[in-house]
Amino acid sequence: MASLRKYLDKIKPQFEPGGKYQALQSVFEGFESFLYSPRTTSAGRYTTHIHDSIDSKRTMTIVILALLPCFVFGMYNIGYQHWLAAGANPEGAFWSLLFYGFLTVLPRLVVSYVVGLGIEFVVAQWRHEEIQEGFLVTGILIPMICPPEVSLWMLAVATAFSVIFVKEVFGGTGYNLLNVALVTRAFLFFAYPAHMSGDKVFVATGQPFGFGPEVADGFTCATPLGQISQGTLDVSGVGGHVLSTWDAFLGLMPGCMGETSTLFILIGGVLLMLAGIASWRVMLTVFAGALFMGWVANIFATPTYPMASVEPWHQLLYGGLAFAAVFMATDPVTSARTTKGKYVYGFLTGVIAVLIRTYNNGYPEGAMLAVLLMNCFAPLIDWCVVEANARRRLARLVRSQK
Amino acid sequence: MDIKIKKGLDLKLAGGIENVSAALADCRDVHGVCAICPEDYPGFKPKALVKEGDMVYAGEPVLYNKDYEGMTLVSPIDGRVKAVVRGDRRRILRVEIEPIEAGEAVPRTIFPIEKGTAANVVSSLAHLGLLARLRQRPYDVVPTEGTTMVRDIYVMCFDAAPLALSLPLEAFGNEAEEWLRSGLAVLSRLTTGKVYVACREGDKVASVSGGVPGVEIVKVAGPYPSGLPGAVIAATKPINKGETVWTLDLATAIRVGEYAKHHKYGFENYVALTGSELSAPGIAKAPDGIELKALLKGVVKDTPEHKRIISGNVFTGVRESEDGYLRFPYRQVTVIPEGDDTDEFMGWASLAPSKVSAKRSFPLSFMRKLFSPDARLNGGRRAMIMSGEYDRYMPIDILPEYLVKAILAKDVEGMERLGIYEVAPEDFALAEFADTSKLPLQQIVRDGLDYLRKELE
Repeated sequence: MASLRKYLDKIKPQFEPGGKYQALQSVFEGFESFLYSPRTTSAGRYTTHIHDSIDSKRTMTIVILALLPCFVFGMYNIGYQHWLAAGANPEGAFWSLLFYGFLTVLPRLVVSYVVGLGIEFVVAQWRHEEIQEGFLVTGILIPMICPPEVSLWMLAVATAFSVIFVKEVFGGTGYNLLNVALVTRAFLFFAYPAHMSGDKVFVATGQPFGFGPEVADGFTCATPLGQISQGTLDVSGVGGHVLSTWDAFLGLMPGCMGETSTLFILIGGVLLMLAGIASWRVMLTVFAGALFMGWVANIFATPTYPMASVEPWHQLLYGGLAFAAVFMATDPVTSARTTKGKYVYGFLTGVIAVLIRTYNNGYPEGAMLAVLLMNCFAPLIDWCVVEANARRRLARLVRSQK
Repeated sequence: MDIKIKKGLDLKLAGGIENVSAALADCRDVHGVCAICPEDYPGFKPKALVKEGDMVYAGEPVLYNKDYEGMTLVSPIDGRVKAVVRGDRRRILRVEIEPIEAGEAVPRTIFPIEKGTAANVVSSLAHLGLLARLRQRPYDVVPTEGTTMVRDIYVMCFDAAPLALSLPLEAFGNEAEEWLRSGLAVLSRLTTGKVYVACREGDKVASVSGGVPGVEIVKVAGPYPSGLPGAVIAATKPINKGETVWTLDLATAIRVGEYAKHHKYGFENYVALTGSELSAPGIAKAPDGIELKALLKGVVKDTPEHKRIISGNVFTGVRESEDGYLRFPYRQVTVIPEGDDTDEFMGWASLAPSKVSAKRSFPLSFMRKLFSPDARLNGGRRAMIMSGEYDRYMPIDILPEYLVKAILAKDVEGMERLGIYEVAPEDFALAEFADTSKLPLQQIVRDGLDYLRKELE
């Protein structure tokens, strides 16, 4: 390792102002601080002399680790659904299914990271700042919340749009108002609706790099939520078999890659909570809000809104709700930041997600819109909590003067 | 009154004094050059009363406050002024005094603080160099001119900071109990409210000061920052706009009492020498402002690694060089590794149990009983990303994140509404330690307090 350090020290001057590669200074420093912890020590008259070992690199890494179970299962499920769609038997073909999923998601992952990180590198250099880690998580989230075969150029355009206009123009990681990954998805959803919803896009039908069985032209299969919104309460999977609750919990159903498996999402959620990275308050209240709204809808169920007839707790198994609760609503930058505010924010996110999917037949899923809407309201919720604190102080002052 | 501080953290650091009574018995006397650093007394605008070569006796004023001319800082020893060290724009950084054998005793003016009006007592304490040892909130400054009857006075009788020493009352002298009682009696005449004496359960201070009129004992339980006045004030009677409180430590209260009894007071302290870079942590007896060279002689590990010498504790202390001095109000020196000469490969991914953290993302940390952290930030400075991190370590009913933002935005009204009058920089020390974004919170709060004071005066 000492030789690597020596090598870095040797090439470092070339990346400093005046050096041959000065335009790549931020990139170099990004890699350097990735490889070796910075030597910067605390300074100043009023300072703590020791600092916690956690930093934003570790925080982001833990989020990625928490996403990995979903990611791996998502790859497997892409293959699984494809095999079913092709009429092939997925039993015993574990590695082929996984490999097929891997080949499908790889280009999307690469595009997402290359476009997003590329913009981050350029902006960091332009501002003469250190490269920030925020996009490491966003970059893996994006392919996980899009249909498996979303086209690469659309993904590139959407990623570039949201990184620039949702994050960088506001000042970079930590300053954004909306969740960057979700805006990418929303951009795709509203700009290319035909490619983002319906019964054709949630099962991979192509043969990436010529791999995998062939699927007949014109194949369609709606997601469970799509089927329910059309009035089919007994949802079926690809090939027509009845989708059991267990299948839905495990995630063996069509959908966006990361969102189908409630089981693996919960595993990630537990990891985030154990590590103290994501707020358990938000996670639990999103689920509580969704259950509550599902229960209310269920009481007043009418045939006009078939989704209302679903068992309230089934709402948590279908669609992107669980993923949104664990990985999207908990984004510390865009969620409510006050402790009390988090309860309100989470609960309303859950309520609105089910509200949209139940009472708006145009949108079979509402988790994305619910989180984005609540992102906008988070500052207002926080304002109320902050104001309550200020009023308490004022009331104390008035009492003391009596 | 019993209070329990829940929002806090006790860090287990290596280099502590295990057996206090043995260390006290083993303690050595240290003498050497002493320095008075006006910077340690926020709000004190120093003007020199002495020049190089002047002879001074212990207790003789050497600096006075331009904003409060009766307030002085006094020499801790008999000696000669070695230097008046100045920095930018001739600002006085410190007055160094070298010890010289005391000659003839000089007759000194006596200030009878045990009687007289509150205004007279305050001005006497100011002349004696004792008032500058108090802190006034709001703004965390030395008491300002014209402030006589404050709302309450808080005497902090223990130190919960990592490796800090909470001395038993006997260590302050044979007459310490008597001095403490008379000190509290003097202080109780300077407030319209009470003198709160904050101590741990079972501390002798409680039984000694219990009977003094106007004194209320507050038994504090819980981790750091329970020994800081901010936490205790918040739990007893938070400061409202327009109210003023004074805070001081046990040693200062005892000195006030000592003066009331004998018309002189001592400057000797027991100083805790701690930290993982000391070969033998222990206790030394030395005057205020002693040079660290003398204090640390022979106890620092003889290793080539860079070391950070902190006058005080790891959370709020002052960084000093080897040629530095013991700074007020600390009676502790901590020496830890500096860390700027180490290369840690992918430290952010480390699973080493030696990593010190308040978070749960270092799963193996529980294997360690004691930690030896260095002074590195352990990461790059970022915008505020994680939420609620500061609240967990703030036993005061404020929203620290929003207060910090109001300070950064120089939003005067916002600072007032969010409770800046209740805080001092030290109250943010633990939050600064735990902050993932590595923001300099204490400095931000100090700047905010100074800015607000300038704006409103």
